[in-house]
Amino acid sequence: MVTVTRTDPRVIAESVVDPELPMLTLADLGVLREVAATGDRVVVTITPTYSGCPAITEMRTELHRRLTEAGHPEVEVRTRLDPPWTTDWISDAGRRKLAEHGIAPPGHAPESGPGPVPLRLGPTRRHARCPRCESADTEELSEFGATACKALRRCRSCLEPFEHMKEI
Amino acid sequence: MDNAYEALVESEGDTRWAFGTGFDDPLAGVDATVPAGVDGPDLGAYCLMLGDDALILSHRLSEWCTRAHELEDEVALANISLDLLGQTRMLLARAGQADGSGRDEDRLAYFRDEEHFRNVRLCELPGGDFGRTIARLLVFASWRLAAFNRLGESRDPVLAAIAAKAVKELTYHRDYAARWLVRLGDGTDHSHQRAREGLEAVWPLVDELFEPHDVERRMVGAGVGVDPASLREEFDAVLGQVLEPAGLATPETPAMGRVGGRAGRDGVHTEHLGYLLAEMQGLARAHPEATW
Repeated sequence: MVTVTRTDPRVIAESVVDPELPMLTLADLGVLREVAATGDRVVVTITPTYSGCPAITEMRTELHRRLTEAGHPEVEVRTRLDPPWTTDWISDAGRRKLAEHGIAPPGHAPESGPGPVPLRLGPTRRHARCPRCESADTEELSEFGATACKALRRCRSCLEPFEHMKEI
Repeated sequence: MDNAYEALVESEGDTRWAFGTGFDDPLAGVDATVPAGVDGPDLGAYCLMLGDDALILSHRLSEWCTRAHELEDEVALANISLDLLGQTRMLLARAGQADGSGRDEDRLAYFRDEEHFRNVRLCELPGGDFGRTIARLLVFASWRLAAFNRLGESRDPVLAAIAAKAVKELTYHRDYAARWLVRLGDGTDHSHQRAREGLEAVWPLVDELFEPHDVERRMVGAGVGVDPASLREEFDAVLGQVLEPAGLATPETPAMGRVGGRAGRDGVHTEHLGYLLAEMQGLARAHPEATW
């Protein structure tokens, strides 16, 4: 009797990385919602980060490629939109890796209550520690950055600029 | 990698690039069922309206690329444009599913003529200067956020999920525009004047935002859509919160008339949309069989 061993599809799916934040796996980022295997068929479910984030297409392609190469003949990557992704889903390991790579991890996402969304005329209060010197004395340079998910900040202690993943 | 250009010639083959691989359907794997009791063509037309609003304004905002006064605001406008384009992709994909035509996002974006676009005319108005761009963005984001916040309860689960996601994005779009309008209005005489002129230029197209189309009325009846007329109160309250600290008055410029009772939602547009579409659709129409 011949037994074909294939790597557990969950292990493979969890190790695929975000093309724009390659220090993070899809599991770290919290976009990987489910991996289900029945017989020859693997169904991976992911939730996009931002509506317009181009990385999601790369993630789908990469999941399909890696699982197919690992010997899973039938791979389907499904999108799940509800509930929407939040930075609160980024794992502790993911937060640590972001900081190690010079990107300040997000704080807690703002709560959304019922009724109209309140207008915020003042600057968004964000507390990000400098990923280089760990000073809490930092300021925002630009609320929008090189990707939809990041703002640009500067440390007032060591004067280095750094990126901050915004809470959403 | 020592040299950034090496990544461009990496010999991993085409698998590195997702375009043209068939993996770019933004709703792949999402249950496309139209809820019982909901008219598919109406739902499709409704999603097309909401998608076209975002598509056309996204294009207008993208025109700022390489032209903004500071890098930070260029990046901000490009980011907002990209968010709206993402919302567009999902809404157009949903439209093509629901109306039964099976048209995908590219077919809908690039191969419809002007009279088939359902966006409100506010979105197609030329961007003008930064004052007008900010005034229009504030009006648009305030209106759309109010609508999408309610659409989170839509009986169409796909539309509800798209809206719930978009609410997070529209929240910071509105904040960005509101802060800038206060800064311009409460700034120098010159910046105040530009902000006032920008607001006056977009104001004639505000009333149209709150006039329901028949499709919208039917979608309200089906528990899928929101009545735009019901958004006016929240919109006026938000605008008041911004205009007061900006030292700007609500403009008194009269509303742009409808044409035989018809406006953007009916496919009746200003002269500006045709030029915009010519630019946006030109490449796709010149190479209709191309994939990318």
